[in-house]
Amino acid sequence: MRFMYIVTSSQPMVGPSPALMEAMQTISEREIKAGRMIDNGGLMPLATGARVRILDGELSVIDGPFVEAKEVIGGYAVFELRDKAEALAMAKEFMQLHLDHMPGWDGTCEVRAFATAGTEGACQIDARSRAAALA
Amino acid sequence: MSAAMTAADSDHAIRAAIHATWRVVQPRLLATLSRMLRDVPLAEELTQDALVAALEVWPRNGVPDNPGAWLVVTAKRRALDHLRRVKMLSRKQEQLVHDLMQEQDAMPDLDSALDDDIGDEWLRLIFTACHPLLPRQARAALALRMICGLTTEEIARAFLVTEAAVTQRIVRAKRTLAQSGLAYETPSGEALSERLASVLEVIYLIFNEGYAASRGEEWLRPQLCDEALRMGRVLLGIAPLEGEVHGLMALMELNAARTQARTDLDGEPVLLMDQDRRLWDRLQIGRGLRALARARELGAAGRFYTLQAAIVACHADAETAEATDWRRIAELYGELSALVRSPVIELNRAVALGMAEGPQAGLDLVELIADEPTLKAYHHLPAVRGDFLQKLGRLAEARESFESAARLATNARERALMERRAAATADSGGAL
Repeated sequence: MRFMYIVTSSQPMVGPSPALMEAMQTISEREIKAGRMIDNGGLMPLATGARVRILDGELSVIDGPFVEAKEVIGGYAVFELRDKAEALAMAKEFMQLHLDHMPGWDGTCEVRAFATAGTEGACQIDARSRAAALA
Repeated sequence: MSAAMTAADSDHAIRAAIHATWRVVQPRLLATLSRMLRDVPLAEELTQDALVAALEVWPRNGVPDNPGAWLVVTAKRRALDHLRRVKMLSRKQEQLVHDLMQEQDAMPDLDSALDDDIGDEWLRLIFTACHPLLPRQARAALALRMICGLTTEEIARAFLVTEAAVTQRIVRAKRTLAQSGLAYETPSGEALSERLASVLEVIYLIFNEGYAASRGEEWLRPQLCDEALRMGRVLLGIAPLEGEVHGLMALMELNAARTQARTDLDGEPVLLMDQDRRLWDRLQIGRGLRALARARELGAAGRFYTLQAAIVACHADAETAEATDWRRIAELYGELSALVRSPVIELNRAVALGMAEGPQAGLDLVELIADEPTLKAYHHLPAVRGDFLQKLGRLAEARESFESAARLATNARERALMERRAAATADSGGAL
């Protein structure tokens, strides 16, 4: 099963500490070699980004920086793992690195499975029903 | 939401969580032990022992804060026990016993470090597991245990054999490795390229075991395809410039992409040409096509797995069954046939030729290979012949062929299908 890990934090992101960067690099290399990590990346600060938003039927483009201090996505990783239990165990390892190398940091790693035609509880309509509807 | 979990559910959940935690640590654990003991079979054994120990202790005491450390300390303790039992230790082994005993006396946290750099060790592990000296089934079992962290029970379920059979295969394999002095060797250079073939063969065997069996009975079977893909990724990390590795990945991804469409709602198999292509996993097809492109870039275009991937890609590229480029498929089968003399491949080429140039062209080729001894009991031969004969209006002969196919069919579903086709020749008076 393919999972995406989305790491967010409500604290202003000055970027991961060098120690964390190195630890993340190590775990990434290890997990890529073990055939489990498919992709990963850290995202540039929100201030350098932009938003394309639809509100009240209107589309607008807003350049950063942004005022709201909401949960900000810092980075992501994609893993191919056996099941949700393994995904959670892996996420714990991943987050433990943040605890070890960036003490004082608060944040969340959201673990989401990729939707496929057979996935139970997928929020998209089951592919078969969709196929039937299109027929 | 269901009612509160029963004790059995809860126990199952705990075991699943422990197992998952072990699986996350397993690559590092195995690499660390292998490097330390310089003995792959022993390291593999201790890795599995550590899981057994965790399953015994953690449900009582809870999962430790540092599960990795706990597992490696436990494994090292058992290594020490094992080495003590072995008579006539080598000097290296004596030194190891000495070091391990010193660690035991020191704080347990001090040397519970796990090697993060698994790269070199991973190469050694996968090539040891897939050593050409070992029987293919044993290679598959060892590889699944070491690279994918499957337990003996999981492997047994996957291959529909008993746990005892798997255990025996593995024990024998380890004995062969030990006796041949292969407990800790690393192929490199030219030897690596030669040995690559036996690794690819094992990965493909595992994939086909899962792929051919995806009829929904055994839940673990489609998962075998995932394990094979994982092994392929591991191999890619080790040998990224070997075109055939990308070719095999392409072949596996492209085939696996059709999983959801291969059975209907009743669990009956659906032939490729009849599948609903909206159920094909387009992301996976994308990955497969990219891998195929990479294989070609690396010069593997005319090689075994890459050619097969190219054939499957023709189907993936076709929006509808009618849009299939059969001419290209026939060409590719021709190339494959030149590479590997195989009447089965020729039969597949005949099917493609029939689609590209009409049933007579297909039938001509079928007649050329009809007397091949290897095809004597192969029901697809008379089935294909029957199909061409029917399309050519030679109905009595078509019926005979389908009846012949029904007699040779290897399972009830296939037999029933052939019988239906035989009967249909009388009714339709033309192509189905």
